[in-house]
Amino acid sequence: MKKRFNIAIASGKGGTGKTTVAVNLAVVLADLGKCVQYLDCDVEEPNGHIFLKPDITSRSAVTVSIPEVNEEKCNGCGVCASICEYKAIAVIKDKVLIFPELCHSCGACSLLCPEDALVEVDNEVGELETGESQGIRFAQGRLNIGQIAAPAVIKAVKEAAQDCDIVILDCPPGTSCNVIEAVKDADLVILVTEPTPFGLNDLYLAVEMTKALAKPFGVIINRYDIGDDEVINYCNRENIDIFMKIPDDRRIAEAYARGDLVIKSNEWLNELFASLWDRIRIYLEKVSADHNGDFEKRKTEAGT
Amino acid sequence: MKEISVISGKGGTGKTSLVASFAAFAENKVLADCDVDAADLYLVVQPETIYQESFSGGGKAEIQEDQCTDCGLCLQQCRFDAISYPPSQNGEPAQIPWVNPIFCEGCRLCARICPVEAIAFEPAESGLCYISKTPYGPMVHARLGIAQGNSGKLVSLVREKAKAIAEKESRDYIIVDGPPGVGCPVIASITGSDLVLIVSEPTLSGRHDMLRAAELTAHFQIPTLLCINKWDIHPETADRIEREARQLGILPAGRIGYDPSVTKAQIHKTSVASYPDSPAKKEMHQVWENVIKTLNKSETG
Repeated sequence: MKKRFNIAIASGKGGTGKTTVAVNLAVVLADLGKCVQYLDCDVEEPNGHIFLKPDITSRSAVTVSIPEVNEEKCNGCGVCASICEYKAIAVIKDKVLIFPELCHSCGACSLLCPEDALVEVDNEVGELETGESQGIRFAQGRLNIGQIAAPAVIKAVKEAAQDCDIVILDCPPGTSCNVIEAVKDADLVILVTEPTPFGLNDLYLAVEMTKALAKPFGVIINRYDIGDDEVINYCNRENIDIFMKIPDDRRIAEAYARGDLVIKSNEWLNELFASLWDRIRIYLEKVSADHNGDFEKRKTEAGT
Repeated sequence: MKEISVISGKGGTGKTSLVASFAAFAENKVLADCDVDAADLYLVVQPETIYQESFSGGGKAEIQEDQCTDCGLCLQQCRFDAISYPPSQNGEPAQIPWVNPIFCEGCRLCARICPVEAIAFEPAESGLCYISKTPYGPMVHARLGIAQGNSGKLVSLVREKAKAIAEKESRDYIIVDGPPGVGCPVIASITGSDLVLIVSEPTLSGRHDMLRAAELTAHFQIPTLLCINKWDIHPETADRIEREARQLGILPAGRIGYDPSVTKAQIHKTSVASYPDSPAKKEMHQVWENVIKTLNKSETG
């Protein structure tokens, strides 16, 4: 299987337009004849399906491993409780109590139980759905309400990616574990922000996270005319590429509200998104000039 | 003392702008910014930090190169793909494996099973928690370290500290600015709250995410109110969201219209509450009044 080119759309701040960029970019690339896989990694609040309206052809449960006690073997020694760093096991009066909502599925308890009395069993934490939308391969995860194992669901979504040229990963907001899980396999990260103090603050955090993961990245400024120049000044100062600026336009807001693809209702936006792909290609050429041949090869395989 | 948590499901619906206004309307309260991996409230309430402490979400493993025999057991057993051979400076893979601290979840399994005890495990600082003075009263906030996990634990620490201040100073309210989503940090922000306010927007995404947030508050049996921000962007969807929320037992606390002075206020590092003629100010004030009314009702009822 050839290497897919993974583009993660992330943001720091929520509601800046990640999903708008992700779904419209996916459609533009498909219209250009690329084989595109869209992955909704915002498994707490997946919204890409609202715009892509996919035919879901398969559903499956996402599970994580949690320990279960074999009462016949357990002698209540308490080793499991003492080694669990997440306090997911307690031993009270020789009885082992397991709190699945605290378990990180590290496997330490079952591996280190002296009596071999803990076995790992599946615990359902979410759902994976796959399908297709106008030639775009679609997958999304949905964390079950009350569960916390979002990274496990994100991992399942990434594993559902099929053979194709380009994978678009629509990431959750923030900069913590969920986002890192979604971004860690990306070949390129696009950070979507808005020109406000909140947008700038969270962009800065997202940039630091992306740098910590050593990923090439660029920025999209959405509603670029609603705020001040501080985001642009920051990008210029830090030598960060701005891939696209989207104006504040009521037609975009209305198309979004209705669940429509903005590029389908506005020809100029179609052109804007097509030029985004040009900008990305220019950036990738620039980056690959400073990087090793591996990146160059993957870029070529993505058909850029 | 009552604790109100403001959440939204979908990000960017206006939680922080609303909380900043509540800060001006509410008397005798403590503010708590629980959106610890993208904390913004501090930008609009002029905080002066009076106390800070470091936070550790757990330990991290580290391989001692001089003791490691490269047996490979840790690599085999790590469930988080945190151990690998990094390329060294000459481009060749390293001889000794390395724990990537970004991916290490601190389970300590590797340190426990290493046959030559070559793996150290130490608590790692993963964020900072602050107590600040603001013109609106005390605020507890935090900053999760770059690429750190365990935000839920830091959220719990912020709420504990806010509660301690509220009790010591006999404050009437704790106002929690929550994170987006329905996962771990959101659960940590709402469990045990007296009331949740969901801020939604009249879009299909806003509706979808409000329904999931509502399911979450029902799961934890927390009384919940709804507020629709920028309702006039799409009035039909605003009506629909309110109707569906009512069916779930969630009553509207009010609507806020699209008002450019909300963004203007943010750029001037303040809240819309300091714009006397702003329509959003009046509407946000009404939302706060309704929150109080509901809290008082639940007390007497």
